[in-house]
Amino acid sequence: MTYTATEMMTIAAARALRDSDVCFVGIGLPSAACNVARLTHAPGITLIYESGTIATRPSVLPLSIGDGELCETALTTVPVPEMFRYWLQGGRITVGFLGGAQVDRFGNLNSTVIGSYERPKVRLPGAGGATEIASSCGRVFIVMRQHARAFVPKLDFLTTLGHGPTGRERRQLGIATAGPTLLVTDLCVLEPEAEGNEFVVAAVHPGVSCEQVRESTGWPVRFSERLRETEPPSARELEVLRDLNLRTAKAHGRAAAE
Amino acid sequence: MGSFRKLGDAVRELVHDGDSVALEGFTHLIPFAAGHEIIRQGRRDLTLIRMTPDLIYDQMIGAGCARKLVFSWGGNPGVGSLHRLRDAVEKQWPNALEIEEHSHAAMANAYAAGASGLPFAVFRGYQGVDLPAVNRNIRFIDCPFTGESLACVPALRPDVAIVHAQKADREGNVLIEGIVGVQKEAVLAARRSLVTVEEVVDDFGARSPNAVILPSWVVTAVAVAPGGARPSYAHGYYSRDNSFYVAWDAIAKDREQFESWMGKHVHDIHRD
Repeated sequence: MTYTATEMMTIAAARALRDSDVCFVGIGLPSAACNVARLTHAPGITLIYESGTIATRPSVLPLSIGDGELCETALTTVPVPEMFRYWLQGGRITVGFLGGAQVDRFGNLNSTVIGSYERPKVRLPGAGGATEIASSCGRVFIVMRQHARAFVPKLDFLTTLGHGPTGRERRQLGIATAGPTLLVTDLCVLEPEAEGNEFVVAAVHPGVSCEQVRESTGWPVRFSERLRETEPPSARELEVLRDLNLRTAKAHGRAAAE
Repeated sequence: MGSFRKLGDAVRELVHDGDSVALEGFTHLIPFAAGHEIIRQGRRDLTLIRMTPDLIYDQMIGAGCARKLVFSWGGNPGVGSLHRLRDAVEKQWPNALEIEEHSHAAMANAYAAGASGLPFAVFRGYQGVDLPAVNRNIRFIDCPFTGESLACVPALRPDVAIVHAQKADREGNVLIEGIVGVQKEAVLAARRSLVTVEEVVDDFGARSPNAVILPSWVVTAVAVAPGGARPSYAHGYYSRDNSFYVAWDAIAKDREQFESWMGKHVHDIHRD
């Protein structure tokens, strides 16, 4: 069965979630992965969006974090200050699932500006919930398309703390949560090394060469000694993802995303 | 005491040049009709406060209403950039825009502090990131009990809060349902408030005893504006016009196209 690199990425990210997880979901790629998990191996997963919807079970992927679908299918909907104070800061969330415009080798993210802050070349949307999702959730998964402009040696702006600019700052600040433990891309899966917290390639997706991964990474990326090949998507995983994308495209009135 | 006004009269009375104004509604119940009325009345030099500027502030910024923006996520959700916001920040068009940028947690806490009558909000956040270096309103304080370093931001106390809701009753009490966002906090934090509603009813009818109600005496003015949240949505009335959010990308990308759209859909429309 053929599949696209984006489908592989979404499914590889979905597999990392457990049935028992309480997951704070970012919009876009994270949202697709979380809902694939819920519709396949993790039917008991609790999905939370920052609009206040708790244990939501959308039949189509929301375009925004506050689509009506999320509220209508949620167990309950709480005010936004309560969401950030009691549920996120209160330590009730096991996984935060994030994306970004730039990531560095220690899982720090930039979603604020390309160029300088005062005179940005590109003004990006900004932090949203990400900054405190990354510090308050038990651990963080990142899903991003991999290319050298996005996987950079140094971020233009540090919006969201991973393990810190040298991999040590998170621990030094005394932040109790684990931070990013997984980075899934359309080429491979990266995991942080135990000591230095640098993300190294743990698995490459089928048909992807190590050379391709190197060329698409802005720092000299390293590979695990126990490098694996990602299990290709199963027929069932693909069917669930494609059905979800079709329903979503129909609901939002545009061509199906990959 | 909440009293009924026509939307145009309410905006004229409550929103003045130079005011700080918070039009809230977290994706849901965004008060577009009120925002458009502010644009039509040509308000200038506003400090616009909103967690997610969304299309409404993209339009108000592009129309030249704003001097400053206080925000925490400035994108078109699921679509991409807010091009008018970007044009103002990157190229100062139609005028320079000062920005005060936060995270969602900070803004949500700042509204809650404003509603609580506190001078600042305290929370666990902003650790090890760059925003505190570019925003002097983000500071840290040591917990007097444990010594833990915690983030703090000033309370938000807008001159005016504007929100959209489903219903008002004849006395001007307001019922909000669905994703309730920070609307209650914004209204309680503000000096004056305007609520636009889908409809006025004799009685709210069956509802949870915990329903979100703004009593008339915390609301300065209520204006009836059916469809007043479109292309955002009103739970129980109409859904989010996601295809318009997608279409906005092309409209807003180009200055002339933006101005012609605004002419046709905002300036030439007269409510009331």
